[in-house]
Amino acid sequence: MTALQSKAKQLRRHVLRMAEVVGQGYVGQGLGIADLLAVMYFDELKYDPSRLDWPDRDRFLLSIGHYSIGLYAALAEAGIIPLAELDTYGRDGSRLEMSGTEHICPGLEITGGSLGHGLSQAVGMAIGLRLDQRPARVFNLLSDGECQEGSTWEAAMCAAHYRLENLFAFIDCNNQQADGPPKQIMNIEPIDQKWRAFGWDTQRINGNDIRAITDAIVRAKRTAGQPHAIVLDTLMGKGVRLFEEREKNHFIRVEPSEWQQARVQLEENQ
Amino acid sequence: MSGVTGNILTSATDGGQTLTAPFGHALVAAVERNPRIVGLSADLAKYTDIHIFRDRHPDRFFQIGMAEQNLIGVAAGLARIGFVPFLTTYCVFATRRAYDFIAMDAALGRANVKIIAGLPGLTTGYGGTHQGIEDLALMRSIPNLTVIDPCDATEVAQATTAIAQHVGPVYMRLLRGQVPVVLDAHKYQFEIGKAKLLRDGNDVAIISTGLMTGRALEAAVTLAAEGIAAAVLHVSTLKPFDRQAVLELLARVPRVVTAENHLITGGLASAVADAVTDAGLPVRLRRVGIPDCFCESGSLPYLAERYRMRAADIAEQAKKAL
Repeated sequence: MTALQSKAKQLRRHVLRMAEVVGQGYVGQGLGIADLLAVMYFDELKYDPSRLDWPDRDRFLLSIGHYSIGLYAALAEAGIIPLAELDTYGRDGSRLEMSGTEHICPGLEITGGSLGHGLSQAVGMAIGLRLDQRPARVFNLLSDGECQEGSTWEAAMCAAHYRLENLFAFIDCNNQQADGPPKQIMNIEPIDQKWRAFGWDTQRINGNDIRAITDAIVRAKRTAGQPHAIVLDTLMGKGVRLFEEREKNHFIRVEPSEWQQARVQLEENQ
Repeated sequence: MSGVTGNILTSATDGGQTLTAPFGHALVAAVERNPRIVGLSADLAKYTDIHIFRDRHPDRFFQIGMAEQNLIGVAAGLARIGFVPFLTTYCVFATRRAYDFIAMDAALGRANVKIIAGLPGLTTGYGGTHQGIEDLALMRSIPNLTVIDPCDATEVAQATTAIAQHVGPVYMRLLRGQVPVVLDAHKYQFEIGKAKLLRDGNDVAIISTGLMTGRALEAAVTLAAEGIAAAVLHVSTLKPFDRQAVLELLARVPRVVTAENHLITGGLASAVADAVTDAGLPVRLRRVGIPDCFCESGSLPYLAERYRMRAADIAEQAKKAL
């Protein structure tokens, strides 16, 4: 197991721990996106946990607020929030809300949750960083369902118009939105072709393959003059078999007796 | 729509002094003091006077095209990098199309975004599509947001300077093109959150905002000729609302007419009513503004008469409040 794979497994442990405290939640999303977050926070992003307002930091923007469970795991593992605080996830008075808010939880660059907002703000940041001639880059994580929001495409058009090569969008296709699979709700496919047609340097990869993610980022960085889209096909609940098999749910319900089994399955999983 | 900017009359009266594009010129002056200012527009630069800034600082101006949600979001992103973005569109497009973006990206995150919105109330010959009649109600309801409705060219310029220095999200109504000068005679200095007593009187109080303040001053002159002393309190900041100034005046003169270039619900009249109710003041309140309807299109004098928003209508309501 590589160092990044170990980190991803550690993030998944944190996700299980947080989800168990509240008894349910977005455990499927947190497990599914752990590989990307491991690559982001422990390989790609430049940041300083002791100086969160460092102007040259890379920005990671979480559009999809309900994935906060995964982001909190990464922020804790990165030393930005205390590990012990993860036990407060979703509880009254906690900084770690089910859908995170900037200025409440450290390390959040924006407030996601109302979908279709992240990419526009990422575009503004990318323009601003370029104006200031800073080397920092902007990474935005959005979801497959979020591609149904018209504002996502307003922002996509704008990013290509301004040739924002310092902007990277990850589109997490876990094939599950609130009311069911996007194909039944409102088909977004062929989603990689849509991003390409909007003028983005676009790749589509297995988003649960760490090597594929790092390779895709390397390729994206070699492409000049365009913003970069990396479509991630991921599996909700990845790493815990009983959740993977229950992936047909946006909001997974878990019996209290199942958490121990989930932990065992995660540890057995290579 | 060519020629609209040149023809625009933000007051229904003719012949008074005007200044051209006070916002655009004030923004160019502001950037001399603060080089972090940037400009954006959603395909309306030329119609919102920000073209003056664009032509002077093309590298600091970002055309976003017809995409108001993205306009707000991009500005909020620039603000998070430390820029001071001034963005322009019309009231209707900013507040109807991009409400969620103003609320989430600008206000909730306290992003230092300045939203400058043209065609407030009945300042366009176009009808319900272009008349921003409920924008103050929408914007006033958003936490963290500062909401300003300037009354003339002097105040547009002063407010532009002030909000450039203020840290935090602002929604400001724009009077564009040839804008009347009303306040120069009153040694006026705009301050965010401060109402200003432009004229004192003990018989009736007129509390006004935006371009209705010019008409309120005219009404006060008419009333004075009839022996009625009217005070005029100009409230250009709708939020935060200067309750103290309003209550001080109304404790002394508990007969009031509000006058606003907006629906009579949700804007100035509602803010005054809230303040008065909370304070338990017994006040007789009459409201001048747009009733609960989308308005017709037509010439500005026609619209002012049709919806009873002329100086004469303010004077009439003032007499009924006595």
